[in-house]
Amino acid sequence: MTRSALVALTGLAGLMANVCASGLAEVGARPISYKLPNETAAFKPGPNLKIVENNCTACHSVDYVQTQPRGPKFKRDFWQAEVTKMIKVYGAQIDEADVGKIVDYLTQTY
Amino acid sequence: MKHSGAAIAALGAGATTPSLRALAATAVLPFENGERPLVKYPQKRPMIGLTSRPPQLETPFSVFNANVITPNDAFFVRYHLADIPLNIDPDAFSVEIKGVVDKPMKLSLAELKEMPAVDIVAVNQCSGNSRGFFNPRVAGGQLGNGAMGNARWKGVSLNTILDKAGVQRSARQVTFNGLDRPVTDKTPDFIKALDIDHARDGDVMLAYSMNGADLPVLNGFPLRLVVPGYYGTYWVKHLNEITVIDNVFDGFWMKTAYRIPDNDCNCVEPGTTPKATIPINRFKIRSFITNVADGARLKAGAQVLKGIAFDGGKGIKAVEVSTDGGNAWAQAKLGVDLGKYSFREWQMPVSLAVGEHDLKVRATGNGGEVQPVEPLWNGAGYLRNVIETIRVKVA
Repeated sequence: MTRSALVALTGLAGLMANVCASGLAEVGARPISYKLPNETAAFKPGPNLKIVENNCTACHSVDYVQTQPRGPKFKRDFWQAEVTKMIKVYGAQIDEADVGKIVDYLTQTY
Repeated sequence: MKHSGAAIAALGAGATTPSLRALAATAVLPFENGERPLVKYPQKRPMIGLTSRPPQLETPFSVFNANVITPNDAFFVRYHLADIPLNIDPDAFSVEIKGVVDKPMKLSLAELKEMPAVDIVAVNQCSGNSRGFFNPRVAGGQLGNGAMGNARWKGVSLNTILDKAGVQRSARQVTFNGLDRPVTDKTPDFIKALDIDHARDGDVMLAYSMNGADLPVLNGFPLRLVVPGYYGTYWVKHLNEITVIDNVFDGFWMKTAYRIPDNDCNCVEPGTTPKATIPINRFKIRSFITNVADGARLKAGAQVLKGIAFDGGKGIKAVEVSTDGGNAWAQAKLGVDLGKYSFREWQMPVSLAVGEHDLKVRATGNGGEVQPVEPLWNGAGYLRNVIETIRVKVA
């Protein structure tokens, strides 16, 4: 391999490393490939955790749950309404038997 | 409303090794359960992370003090549906215009850029900006005041495109759809509608440029709808489908979501539901102090307060400031006028005596709109525009 080809390849590798580091790949100016950072929020331990993970995180990250208001007014009725909204409004496919378990988890954990 | 900004702190501040501090930083929004991670996304500076899938990022409030035009890398991000476009080839991208038009067409990005361009400075603000301050609290994205931004948008007037396609007489509304999709086909796709007269007002535009650069991916690259003076829900990102219809669109995101009480204040008694609702529309008038954070300690004597104001498109007529909790008000000096849809900067020299002070700011619009003294409530947590208060200790 000639020296200039090696330099060119090194340069290309450097460019690709930059691209990967920025999370945004461009060939020339385009097309654009965008890489989202990894999700970091996770559900706290609690009852029925597996059912909650399997259902809720199909459509959205855990921070949707974690950032909701807390306190005595945001317990069972609040979470029941949220889960009902997910099913009736957003079409979440949740088994009838799991609905109460999810509400239990949310009420006890948040 | 007692708080305007977000306190930003590095976890471990005070620890002995500064090199470890930068890694995990948080922002604390001044309401209960307001801790948020500061997150780094491609094309963005560290932003207040509300959710990660789909991404929702809030602008740190200090950005509004540093710039009347919000930089692209600090502009807030709000999606509804998690299947967002991550691989976009602008050369292959096109927007389709169809429905009750004489000449249905597809326009490529290159074709759009050859058409006469318009340029407008306009605020985009999330309907639920400041939702976290609602009392009683309501469900939804718990935002501070940073789900807003002001940018110079460049693109093609929607009216120009509708003329090219030939709108038929039966047209009543125009609907807008983007490349973002729901995860399941049971979830309603995010489609918004404007009345035909609004769509043809000349100000509604298809923007391919933001502050002189391509739109950031998370702000709708390569093309988004810009609806000056209207809440962000209408500003459809990754816009690829425009349909002229001969009826009133009844999709979920118009008929059921993003509705406000149909009364003079667009508000109800806290905890109650409205009798009738209408689609959310123009911004309520707002103003903020940007150079002093709530809870700040200031030195006694002369100093200058500064901030921003904006409204739903008539423009700002006056901004007044009170340093005594709202008893006496004095008129602030307005900054450069960037257009009726833009943030309007203001400045106010004040002299503060030793003690505690409630600093307040209120704006009046060219149409006579004012901000309420007490917050107005609605169950969705939209439209917040109470007169803001910043509490300071002067020593």
